[in-house]
Amino acid sequence: MTDTATRQIALGQAGGRRAARRHWSGQGWVRVAAPLALGAAALGVWEAAVHLLDIQPYLLPAPSAILDQLVSAIGGIAQATIATGTNALIGLLLGAAVAVVIAALASRVRWIDQLVAPLVAAIAVVPIVALAPVLQTMYGATSEMPRILVVAIASFVPVFITTLRGLRQVRPVHLDLMRAYGASGWQATRIVTLPGAVPYVFGGLTIASSIAVISAVVAEYFGGLQNGLGSRIASAAAQSGYPRAWAYVVASIVLGLVFYGVTLLAERLASRWAHIPIT
Amino acid sequence: MSAVEVEAVTKVFETRTDSVRALDEVSLTVADGEFVALIGPSGCGKSTLMRLIADLDEPSAGEVRVFGMPARQARLERAYGIAFQQAGLLPWRTVRANVELPLELHGASAAARRARADELVELVGLGDFADHHPDQLSGGMQQRVAIARSLAEHPRLLLMDEPFGALDEMTRERLQGELLRIRTETGAAVVFVTHSIPEAVFLADRVVVMSPRPGRITEIVDIDRPDASADPESMRESDAFFRSVTAVREALHGRDTAAERGATASGATAPEAAARGVETR
Repeated sequence: MTDTATRQIALGQAGGRRAARRHWSGQGWVRVAAPLALGAAALGVWEAAVHLLDIQPYLLPAPSAILDQLVSAIGGIAQATIATGTNALIGLLLGAAVAVVIAALASRVRWIDQLVAPLVAAIAVVPIVALAPVLQTMYGATSEMPRILVVAIASFVPVFITTLRGLRQVRPVHLDLMRAYGASGWQATRIVTLPGAVPYVFGGLTIASSIAVISAVVAEYFGGLQNGLGSRIASAAAQSGYPRAWAYVVASIVLGLVFYGVTLLAERLASRWAHIPIT
Repeated sequence: MSAVEVEAVTKVFETRTDSVRALDEVSLTVADGEFVALIGPSGCGKSTLMRLIADLDEPSAGEVRVFGMPARQARLERAYGIAFQQAGLLPWRTVRANVELPLELHGASAAARRARADELVELVGLGDFADHHPDQLSGGMQQRVAIARSLAEHPRLLLMDEPFGALDEMTRERLQGELLRIRTETGAAVVFVTHSIPEAVFLADRVVVMSPRPGRITEIVDIDRPDASADPESMRESDAFFRSVTAVREALHGRDTAAERGATASGATAPEAAARGVETR
């Protein structure tokens, strides 16, 4: 440890920036390894505790039992994950598309802004748990629509708010410039306003992505089609298949992480493309 | 034909509680190819005057004509190029794409845009940076891009609102020199807002001195410019330059105080300058 430290100091003095970069990549390696090690240790403690303390599966199944279920039921888990993931994705894109359009209108037309603001506040506080059963009754038990709508409504709010903020970032000097060039309202929107708002749209999508997956899973607890992760968790638990229920929980965690990772990457790329740093 | 004619223009800004008279019956004519600097303390209406010429604001009374056209028509016919204190570049566009912007807005072909942009980027000395983005450039370089953009459509009039105001002194002097060179090459008339006396004197044929509350033109100082053949930079150390600086300063601060200060501070040139000030009155 001290050995590498002194070597790094020596390198730092001799090699300047390159050594500094090597130092950073070392830290990056630690950043990945440390949480992995912590996670593995936690799983070890968990496994040991279940066996040593003789904890019953309905309280807490052992990680090894959950893994068994994950491996043996992988086909069904994958199908359920795809079903829920598809609902989450369609709902997210639908909610985001509507949010961007309405935000664009609200940023251009004052009365639409005033009209929409209280509605958005109302939508923001709608509990999806309360909405799901109502939609389920409206569309019937064989439709994907209720779950998609729940996701869309939940995703709408963060995308709308960040997009509107992005659209309002337009600097006065750019507006003066567009006027000086005799640009039309649409030209100004297309050339100045929309590109500047792109990173904000993706920032909103990143926030909405985890909400989308959570909503898609939760919406399944209220009846309807039984093909997704939420319904499988509920039925496995009802049949005392606790390790299986936990295996589906693991799958929903993975699904949420995938959604978050992809949207975060998209946000980074959008920010880099626009040369607008997003904090 | 005059580049700019401002006739008895008044601009009143209404706020919720009262109204501010930013300009009060101001008249000014800028000849074709002439370089006019507007100078004065904050709130004297110099930027407002430039914005009226650009038709970014409309006068409360009076008339603004640019090349004989009403200001609005001149704006829509792209009679002028414009640059502000902030470069105002679009961060997601390269230097070249930023310079192309006005051409793109007005429907020039991609090839024509590119050719003109390359020419302009070269003109402002950024040939190696055409594919860079603004966040990779210094403030001075960004301002050069903004100037290149303002020249894109060969305007016969340039409107500049403190374009070097946010730059350090060294960069500022270099860009002033370059602006003079560009102006000589293009022959465009320039209306240049500044609050730096040396900058106004170094650049302009005439310096329009303004005073606040209400905004008025108090004096117009003609500047002795060196021969076109001489190196413009040599002007900065000429006696004529210091005389003009003193004349503008006196016009800004009022004669008595400036003469007093001049006599104690700048030695030999002061009495001469004071005498010149009296003469023009």
